[in-house]
Amino acid sequence: MAYLREYLVRREEWMTDEQFLDAMEVSETLPGLNAVNMSVIVGDDLRGVPGAALAVLGMLLPGAIVVMTLGILWESNRQNPLITRLLEGVAAAAVGLLMTVTLQLGRRQFRQFPDIAIIFATFIAVSVLKLSLPLVLLTIGPIAVLLYRPHPSRPHLGESLPFHRGEHHEKHRR
Amino acid sequence: MTRILHLFLVFALLGVLAMGGGTAVLPEMQHMTVHTFHWLTDKQFRDIYSLGQVAPGPNMLMVLVIGYRMAGALGALAVGIGFFVPDCILTLVVNRWWEHLKSPWRVSVQRGMAPVAIGLMLSGTWAIAKLAVFGAIRINFEAMALALAVFAILLWRHVNPGLLVVIGGVIYLFLPH
Repeated sequence: MAYLREYLVRREEWMTDEQFLDAMEVSETLPGLNAVNMSVIVGDDLRGVPGAALAVLGMLLPGAIVVMTLGILWESNRQNPLITRLLEGVAAAAVGLLMTVTLQLGRRQFRQFPDIAIIFATFIAVSVLKLSLPLVLLTIGPIAVLLYRPHPSRPHLGESLPFHRGEHHEKHRR
Repeated sequence: MTRILHLFLVFALLGVLAMGGGTAVLPEMQHMTVHTFHWLTDKQFRDIYSLGQVAPGPNMLMVLVIGYRMAGALGALAVGIGFFVPDCILTLVVNRWWEHLKSPWRVSVQRGMAPVAIGLMLSGTWAIAKLAVFGAIRINFEAMALALAVFAILLWRHVNPGLLVVIGGVIYLFLPH
């Protein structure tokens, strides 16, 4: 996301920081990969549906070609212990990356109640109780939304959104 | 043909369930592809996940390899369209309507779903950790050390995470085992 912001906002000047964060808000809320959702929004805002389609292709096609090539190579070398060992190492290193990303995206949520409770309830439901994802989303989801239902005494709820403007706003600016 | 349709439907479902990105849907994807439909073994799932880490672009492009493995190029295409296109259409529609959705509930949904997404990412991380670090027989301490080292480096410095993961894999080749 830092790269995306660097290119879209600073180098190409296709959008302002504020537009970027608005786009981020939409793409975070919807299902799907963030990078792909961002491509749809940026492409659509700049050039309509064809822009969105091309932006998504641009985001996915190079990686798709590489991953397919690797997949075909892997199919024919699956018995090679060196390849297996390498992929085992990559998976282990990826765990470290996933830990970092989860912690960074959730840094606000890990610090406040009831978010911590929702995080752990979701984790336990999926990883310990092995409940199916639709069931988890349809039970914990509405409960979580109701916990944050609109309330006249909490008008500034939006300020604690994960990507609300202000938080990253100054960080990448010089 | 039924297999292609089956792949398409399963990955379309996984795509729309991906609240909070690709990592969030990993446990469900593993459950469906390994346990429900027996398309892959746990080890194959882990290896294909690693291929996605090595390739540029979103890691979740690894779903294409699952499709290819099951039904060739057409399978990869079916999985790709199923996993990515419905979400794209949804985003396109919602993006155009977003400004009209000024209801205070919009913030409630965002605010409430944020910790759910983090919890799902935690589950996705755990799913890969179980495959890579906590083996069926014993804990793989080299793998655990590597995961913690990557974690520490990324918290400490801004380095290209994709590159770091690949370097980590290469270093792992030389660790004693």
